[in-house]
Amino acid sequence: MNITLKLFATFRQDRFKIEQRDYPDSILIRDIVAELGIELEACGIIMVNGRHALPEAPLKNDDTLSLFPKVGGG
Amino acid sequence: MDKIFRVNMTDLTTRIEEVPAAWAGLGGRGLTSTIVSAEVPPTCHALGKNNKLVFAPGLLSGTAAASSGRMSCGAKSPLTGTIKESNAGGTTAQLFARMGIKALIIEGLPEEDKFYSLHLTTDGVSIAEETELLGKGNFAVIEAMEAKYDKKVGVMTIGSAGELKMASANISVKDPDSKIRSHGRGGMGAVMGSKKIKYITIDGAGATAVAIADPDKFKAAARVFAKAILDHPVSGEGLGTYGTNVLVNVLHEAGGLPTRNFRFGQYEGHDKISGETMHETIVARGGKPKHGCHAGCVIQCSQVYTDKEGKYVTSGFEYETIWGLGANCCIDNLDDIAEADSIMDDIGVDSIETAVMMGVAMDAGILPFGDGKEVIRLIKDEIGQGTPLGRIMGGGAASVGNAYGVTRVPVVKGQGIPAYDPRSVKGIGITYATSTMGADHTAGYSVATNILQIGGFVDPLKKEGQVELSRNLQIATAAIDSTGMCIFVAFPALDIPECLPALIDMLNARFGISLTGDDVTELGKNILKLERKFNQDAGFTNKHDRLPEFFQEPVPPHNATWDFTDEEIDAFWDF
Ligand code: SF4
Repeated sequence: MNITLKLFATFRQDRFKIEQRDYPDSILIRDIVAELGIELEACGIIMVNGRHALPEAPLKNDDTLSLFPKVGGG
Repeated sequence: MDKIFRVNMTDLTTRIEEVPAAWAGLGGRGLTSTIVSAEVPPTCHALGKNNKLVFAPGLLSGTAAASSGRMSCGAKSPLTGTIKESNAGGTTAQLFARMGIKALIIEGLPEEDKFYSLHLTTDGVSIAEETELLGKGNFAVIEAMEAKYDKKVGVMTIGSAGELKMASANISVKDPDSKIRSHGRGGMGAVMGSKKIKYITIDGAGATAVAIADPDKFKAAARVFAKAILDHPVSGEGLGTYGTNVLVNVLHEAGGLPTRNFRFGQYEGHDKISGETMHETIVARGGKPKHGCHAGCVIQCSQVYTDKEGKYVTSGFEYETIWGLGANCCIDNLDDIAEADSIMDDIGVDSIETAVMMGVAMDAGILPFGDGKEVIRLIKDEIGQGTPLGRIMGGGAASVGNAYGVTRVPVVKGQGIPAYDPRSVKGIGITYATSTMGADHTAGYSVATNILQIGGFVDPLKKEGQVELSRNLQIATAAIDSTGMCIFVAFPALDIPECLPALIDMLNARFGISLTGDDVTELGKNILKLERKFNQDAGFTNKHDRLPEFFQEPVPPHNATWDFTDEEIDAFWDF
């Protein structure tokens, strides 16, 4: 299935901003995070289609997965 | 011993007073709100003779505690009609604390149509007539004062907006680099202008170190506290690298980035104004991505933004300003926003109120969405010059909405709603609705837990848990605002167990007292109740704790609506 990956802040370093990738239907968010070489603990915010998601969550075709390190402001 | 400095602008006299016992344990917001409650009649006109302008450093300001140099400014607000506390960095809080000035209270109004300046030394306050700097911008005032005194002089000043008593006028405070931080919200600059004070200078000569009852205990606690700040990824690294503007992309992704005067929750130009882009731009141009608003801040969320030639444009370039002129006004040009930010600092208007106001002005047809150059012109030539249009705009978002018959006016209690859509970040909506300050994100920053997943997670799109979240945060914030700590210490405080006890230990070691966590919570509750009482006596009821009607419309992409009942909102005050 087709997944759009979006990376932010320091996660972009040596990686990318946005990319489309093809994955088997059984893939979980944590698998993709591992594939990207990102520590799960480093993830501050994980969103799928703009909703917060857990690393164990499955994905479906055409989902957008956004990954942020721990960031804040105000 | 700490003293109260009191200035009477009616008869142009000044006094030094003992600190009443009831005020001894208070500082920052706790003290300004206590003084305003005790001495200002709630129904008075905010620009009239009975309002008072109060400055108080935090309980830990002037000590070696990290990020503790915030000054509180309080009065009845001409923008909201409520009590107001607005805190800022800069050099004044530390100067006040080391000079033993517990608070500065300015009361009365001069009879003659003349402007004045105040000069503070350890011996007291002197008043002088001011003519030369009238009409001048804040940067010029700071420059003139450094020439007259020295680089170390503390300065609080108002620009033309404050002189003209515009409800969005702020008070500018000199930072360690001779640039500007602001007591931004609620029109404190108009109150200072009503009292005909153009600027206040502070000469710290003869100031001593702040007395610490138990220096060893203090040092140990300060070390634990600073370590907690530096260990937390947000305060230790994230804020220093990207500033607060990292939030543009976060809120865009979450669908909570108010766009085109709160019509949408996402902005197509988000990438161009994002923290990531800003960081790259600053680094490429040789600016400073990391910078503190006061000496001793270890978080350093501020930055120095330069133009293409590497020339200084602005610092303290915050997410709220960039969101407000960016997504909310559809201006996808950071350079235009930076220039506008600098002019807002110079003429002395709140950048949040002004940005929200511009969104309303665009709906009113005063200028088109996306026209950054016209925004700059309006700020400089209309607001800055005090033209009739400029005065309407300088009155804030509600003022423009009233003058032009706009119904889409994002304000609560007259104050512009900042950078998080309350429909898709519901916890912050509760804070906007219930805060004693009018719409104010810093009063109880539910965004942390709704969006950033700091201090746990409460789903931003559901109603469950939001009232409790906002209540807990507002109580904690009222207490933190009394310490002189920057509110960003809340990030480590929410996640690292040693952080808050270390903060309390510092308070105890500083004053030789033995507060517990519960005492600090009680302090926060008491401050909120005191402020609410003032507002109620000024005529506010629970019916003012509501968001504007248009928030019943769904906001894309999640098509969320503001769906709290009155009873649900009012339950906020059950404590
Ligand atoms: S974190 Fe930012 S706003 Fe807070 S004290 Fe430091 S520089 Fe100032």
